[in-house]
Amino acid sequence: MPRGTMIEAIRDAVDVMIARDERVVTFGQDVGYFGGVFRCTEGLQKKHGPHRCFDTPISETGIVGIAVGMAAYGLRPVAEIQFADYMYPAYDQIVSEAARLRYRSAGDFTSPLVIRMPCGGGIYGAQTHSQSPEALFTHVCGLKTVIPSNPHDAKGLLIAAIEDDDPVIFLEPKRLYNGPFDGHHDRPIVPWSKSEHGELPEGYYTVPIGKASVQRAGADVTVLAYGTMVHVAEAAANETGVDAEIIDLRTLVPLDIETIVTSVSKTGRLVIVHEGTRTSGFGAELAAEVQERCFYHLEVPIQRVTGWDTPYPHALEWNYFPGPDRVGRALLKAMEA
Amino acid sequence: MLQSRSAPTPSLHFPESPTRPEHAGDYSEVVFSAAGEVERPAPDADLAAFRDHAGRLIRVLDDEGRACGPWAQPSDPQALRNGLRAMLKTRAYDARMVRMQRQGLTSFYMQCTGEEAIACAFQAALAKGDMNFPTYRQQGLLIAQDWPLVDMMCQVLSNAKDRMKGRQLPVFYSAPDAGFFSISGNLGTQYVQAVGWAMAAAIHGARKIAVAWIGEGATAESDFHAALLFASVYRPPVVLNVVNNQWAISSNQAVAGGAQSTFAARAQGYGIPSLRVDGNDYLAVRAVGDWAAARARNNLGPTLIEFVTYRVAPHSTSDDPSKYRARNDQSAWPLGDPIDRLKMHLIGIGEWSEERHVALQAKLEAEVSQAAAEARSYGTLHDGPKASPATMFEDVFKEAPWHLREQRQALGY
Repeated sequence: MPRGTMIEAIRDAVDVMIARDERVVTFGQDVGYFGGVFRCTEGLQKKHGPHRCFDTPISETGIVGIAVGMAAYGLRPVAEIQFADYMYPAYDQIVSEAARLRYRSAGDFTSPLVIRMPCGGGIYGAQTHSQSPEALFTHVCGLKTVIPSNPHDAKGLLIAAIEDDDPVIFLEPKRLYNGPFDGHHDRPIVPWSKSEHGELPEGYYTVPIGKASVQRAGADVTVLAYGTMVHVAEAAANETGVDAEIIDLRTLVPLDIETIVTSVSKTGRLVIVHEGTRTSGFGAELAAEVQERCFYHLEVPIQRVTGWDTPYPHALEWNYFPGPDRVGRALLKAMEA
Repeated sequence: MLQSRSAPTPSLHFPESPTRPEHAGDYSEVVFSAAGEVERPAPDADLAAFRDHAGRLIRVLDDEGRACGPWAQPSDPQALRNGLRAMLKTRAYDARMVRMQRQGLTSFYMQCTGEEAIACAFQAALAKGDMNFPTYRQQGLLIAQDWPLVDMMCQVLSNAKDRMKGRQLPVFYSAPDAGFFSISGNLGTQYVQAVGWAMAAAIHGARKIAVAWIGEGATAESDFHAALLFASVYRPPVVLNVVNNQWAISSNQAVAGGAQSTFAARAQGYGIPSLRVDGNDYLAVRAVGDWAAARARNNLGPTLIEFVTYRVAPHSTSDDPSKYRARNDQSAWPLGDPIDRLKMHLIGIGEWSEERHVALQAKLEAEVSQAAAEARSYGTLHDGPKASPATMFEDVFKEAPWHLREQRQALGY
């Protein structure tokens, strides 16, 4: 199986879909000629022409607003917001328009669009290049929220998102663009080409939206994670020796509740891990669902390891980022009772 | 510090309304032009040809109802009678819907009284397949193309035949077959969506145009700027309409920045040709609509049009304008009433009469009454059948995921 980076995976997915479906167009700030600040659309304008891949003004509400109009016409826009931290000017178009168009018009109009946003920390991005705003999307009815943790899933999920008839928020952990990251910032970086998780199949394929994957099977404790935290959790399990079952959620809405319930019913212990801030974060929703569905299986209280309830700091990045130490301590604590 | 002792103390400017409950309206500050006075540029003229237009007012009908000047195009009297009919029908519809709201048959309604010419005349300039992105005050777009009143009324009544299944506030229609995009409560959002729709049509190679609609108050929203910017960058086939009816609920257009310059003038900074038009002059609206639609259709780029008019009715059935403007303020409004003006023109050219007018009005009122009776027979907001609660969970997504199915079952459906 060939290997590739998550950047290549995303570029492949858009390339495959532009070639396959005449309705697919992609655009955003620096997306066209330059190929994106993270190279995710490199070469696409040259290959497919400016009508299919183009640069936009720096206006997030404009980018998403035209995407909604294009989708209502019948195109399949893939819009990019350069950093998830900059999606706020587009939030009205996302929440009030894209998410509700099908509902409010009873299906007269729909918005089959994808909004790609690089997200997450671990790169010294500080306050406005590190945020994880997934809970601001999962709370919005009518949106699907997807976040891959490896190149294979990134490509398959993005193709599935483009083909999906509902609006999809596609969050890309930028810390994972070039290689997996387990939180050990003091160790050499491993590229995807040297990682067992770096598989990137060629051509068209999909990974279903709404399905989690069991990243590491285990018997002692269930870990629910997504994005970069999947790799952090794996490192924590290996380092503590706790036989954790790590579930990579991949899609947050609609959530794969069956896989979660099956696992927690088996282990009786749950640790939830995410980079986003704690209060009203997506972890709260996960904890509530599991508590309702697995109450009599739970041996210990559900734990959450998350970003602190502060803006994302620059100098204190590694005190903020929920690394393998913090996750490992939660795993050990879960096993104490 | 270079400040002198005599420099004025810093203070802010707060725009004054030209009218208040204690004093009648004075609209002498609004820039008007005589009928026939403003040139008609070639549709492909350079931007320079439009510099002047944003500060003037295209008018065709003079005070005696005569058609004057370069924007007076030869028109079929039957087309004008259709326009008069559409405006009368819109007004009769509004009156009936307000009555239904007062009778408690629904929760809410919004009239477009005084603004009928804009939507009705503009719709006549459009072709099948074009798409309007309206606000909540362009019901004339539907009525001018004889969209079934019963369908509109069922939406207002949120009854069993409401195609929106009772999900939307009254007047938030959606009618793709009529080129009428689903209305949202969030102001300005549709303006940039219209630009995207027009971009899609161009990408697709379809000869269709989009029409964006916004009120002058909502031009303050950031999406107004985004729409003009994207329209100016990509030059898609879109017409950007601003309906300046002087009022955003209680705020005079001066609060939206209308005292400093016209809304038409804003387009010039984006390099978009713009025109300012008498919105109560059916002939002027129609001529400018044809002109801008032709520009879009011929790939000559976007146009912004400011329609100058007056919001005669309350903002909505939840509003009481006597709290912020003079009673009968519209009598001070110099552009009159669009229906009266077209009627005078048609009578003047021998194509209409008072008798025919009265008869048409009666006929349309009967038509509206009949439609209202039929719509009521399908139920009202508080009485009769409505959409099943199970439908509340549909159309959130194309297919309901497990959590919505669970919630539907929890409700007992």
